Amino acid sequence: MARLIRTEKEVEGRNEEVWIVVDEDALEQWPAGPRDVVGRPQARNDGHARARGEARYTADVHFPGMLHAAVLRSPHARARVKRLDLAPALAAPGVRGTIGPGDAPELGTECEYEGAPVAAVCADSLGEARAALALVDVEWEVLEPLLDPDEAVARGSLIAPPRTHERGDFERGLAEADAVVEATFRTQTVLHNSMETHQSVCRWEGDVLEVYTSTQYVWGVRQEVADALDLPPDKVRVVCDYMGGGFGSKNSPGEYTFVAAELARRTGRPVRCALTRREEHVAAGSRNATTQRYTIGARSDGTLTALGGEFVNAVGADGWVAMTEGPMVMLYDCPNLRSTTYGAKLNLPPTKAFRAPGFVEGTFGLECALDELAAKLDLDPLELRRRNHAHSEPGGDRPYSSKNLVECYRRAEPHWERRHEVRARSTATVKRGVGMASQVWYGGGGPPSYAWIRVGSDARATVVTAMQDVGTGTKTAVAMVAAEELGIPVEHVTVAVGDSLRGPYATLSAGSSTTPSVAPAVRAAAADAKRQIQEMAEQRYGANAGKHSLRELLGVLGNAQILGTGSRGPNPTGMTVLTFGVQVAEVAVDVETGEVTVERIAAVHDVGRVINPLGASSQVEGGIIQGVGHTLSEARLVDPASGDILTTTLDAYKMPTIADVPEIVTELIDIPDTQLTNLGSKGIGEPPIIPVAAAIANAIRDATGADVRALPITREEMLRALAEAKERSREAAAAV
Amino acid sequence: MNGGGYAFDAPVGTSLAELLRERIGLTGTKVACNEGHCGACTVLVDGEPTLSCITLAHRVAGREVTTIEGLRDHPMVDAFVRADALQCGFCTPGQIVSAVALVEADAHPSSEEIRHRMAGNICRCGTYPKIEEAIRQWRG
Repeated sequence: MARLIRTEKEVEGRNEEVWIVVDEDALEQWPAGPRDVVGRPQARNDGHARARGEARYTADVHFPGMLHAAVLRSPHARARVKRLDLAPALAAPGVRGTIGPGDAPELGTECEYEGAPVAAVCADSLGEARAALALVDVEWEVLEPLLDPDEAVARGSLIAPPRTHERGDFERGLAEADAVVEATFRTQTVLHNSMETHQSVCRWEGDVLEVYTSTQYVWGVRQEVADALDLPPDKVRVVCDYMGGGFGSKNSPGEYTFVAAELARRTGRPVRCALTRREEHVAAGSRNATTQRYTIGARSDGTLTALGGEFVNAVGADGWVAMTEGPMVMLYDCPNLRSTTYGAKLNLPPTKAFRAPGFVEGTFGLECALDELAAKLDLDPLELRRRNHAHSEPGGDRPYSSKNLVECYRRAEPHWERRHEVRARSTATVKRGVGMASQVWYGGGGPPSYAWIRVGSDARATVVTAMQDVGTGTKTAVAMVAAEELGIPVEHVTVAVGDSLRGPYATLSAGSSTTPSVAPAVRAAAADAKRQIQEMAEQRYGANAGKHSLRELLGVLGNAQILGTGSRGPNPTGMTVLTFGVQVAEVAVDVETGEVTVERIAAVHDVGRVINPLGASSQVEGGIIQGVGHTLSEARLVDPASGDILTTTLDAYKMPTIADVPEIVTELIDIPDTQLTNLGSKGIGEPPIIPVAAAIANAIRDATGADVRALPITREEMLRALAEAKERSREAAAAV
Repeated sequence: MNGGGYAFDAPVGTSLAELLRERIGLTGTKVACNEGHCGACTVLVDGEPTLSCITLAHRVAGREVTTIEGLRDHPMVDAFVRADALQCGFCTPGQIVSAVALVEADAHPSSEEIRHRMAGNICRCGTYPKIEEAIRQWRG
């Protein structure tokens, strides 16, 4: 029976109360372990289409008569458009239309960051559109930008009121401590840099606006475009067949969609608006920089008595205040805690969600501080974490739906034990060491998400759900689940996604939520179809129904079909659904040059039942490799005086290549969460990137004794930390 | 081009990538940076991996161009799919073109050689370990 519930919905660490209609999820979970299909390695079902270059991405969408748009953006961190004349651009060769401030959502005259959109031109070719942009007559009033996050906090320039957490008595906890660590950590701004840039193609078909877009949320784009243009949502059709990566930056339509829609309306022609790679570096969102100041107290046996933190997120001109304090609040059982998080509003490009926003940054600070504590108390870092393990949600007794972090620690032991052998391979100038870090994150998904399935007389099935596969392999995972439930080969399941006109609502691909949200709905739809087939068989064959194959049972249908529907049931009430893990990193540090090489990372994660071990290991490797980039090489650089963005190309912004990749060992606990859905599966997209930076920094401490305090760990930062460690040991020797 | 002959009257300044994607409709070749930094647009010109986004169409007159469309039945495609050496797949055609050039020169490249020769193809999803595996096992 359909049931209207009020439930807490979590996306990327943001919670909101929503009304949702759910069907009770009556299916029993399958037993743990590999099944016929689920739990066994499966190559992705759209792999050939993508590898052969046949898959149609938004970048490949082409319609006859299609025009190309280019966007005029602020070249200044803070400026006001005093005068704007689009007429010279409109008169340029090939130009078919121009729009200015107020003509489309997000185009404006008050520019609060470099890259803020002001106006747009469309022409027969992209070259003509870009040439015409240069002819726009614009006069800027350049204003003083606010760029320093601490100054912004002091001045009260905030995105939202400061967020605080308080439990127990922090001051008393600090007084009870035998050892206290005070440490400040800084993380940098990093960019998603999906290979397919942000882009849309819009065309009007009668009164329906078709939006072909590279998105992580077909239904979010539909709703936002409908709201902005005052259209009934069903008059907006959003299509995303294949998608070239997002990592959190493509959850909303973006100005490029609104520009394409408005220019398409005015010209009566299809319009493409695609960001260039250089625009991608200023106008597509980023993971914000942070400053994290920790005060952590513990007894001599390692028991945490106080956790304190002040966090400043350099949010930029727009965005939200990600949970940098999340790991400190959620990871360990400590009765006394106090934190304040500020979101600095600055004249810098906006923050957008980026693969475990807040938790990547916060885990670096927290887990490095914890290792400093372990060093102070002369405790084994792994043992320190075990002693502070939280058996229920810290600060309360709310249970976890499942938690196998202790098992992760156990599985990490052989990797951790390698440290003696690794250290022994050090030379006079290259020091080696091993470090670890724990991981906590969301990833349970939630309702609503829906799926349809049709089974034909040839016993082949088509799953229809208007989700998007952003490259994670969700399309393959749901095919495996449908095949398992129906008892047919996975090759006999086709999955149709990415079209709001031709499938039911499905969740956004963010918060590691797509598979745990959509796959249970797909299983429910397949079970619905299976029940109908069984009922049909009993009517035809009576007690002998079980003796006939699916093909025989369905063979009588001809062109008729069995249609099943399914929806995602509710999450368990009164329980906290989270993912956990631990990573162990091995590094080599050249103490003369400051060069850091990551040689090996072992990743042990608990994400419930693993549907596709092959795809899951790819997600782990991908997360770790992005984490290595975040830790060692990636940074958006800004001129501190003007606010100009200095890194706008892929040679200036250094992402890992194949030559930078360490040996990666993936171990997944693979125990279904018995409380969560008909599958017991959680998401694996984000967890693997979370502990990488801390594990590497802790390995550096193990190797050299140096405390790294800032990302990326450039040679300068490494040499600074080494010099500081040397000075510290000199002082200690002098004191003796 | 991929074994066939074409004649074009392209304006001076047209890149090979533009010619492929917009004039011929061979959209398997992807453009991700359009300035020669990422390798997504890699094609073979007379067998050599070449960045089509910064190659002028005029420079390839009379030469042999092979794109991913010409390599669809190459065993490297299967090897990539088997090893799960792709996620979003946007860089994958370029990766495969580079990998084919590599194994044509050396059918059994060492790990170091793979890492050296493939370092010009960026994959933001981080499929690198599986790309290396695919290239090691490309013959099945």
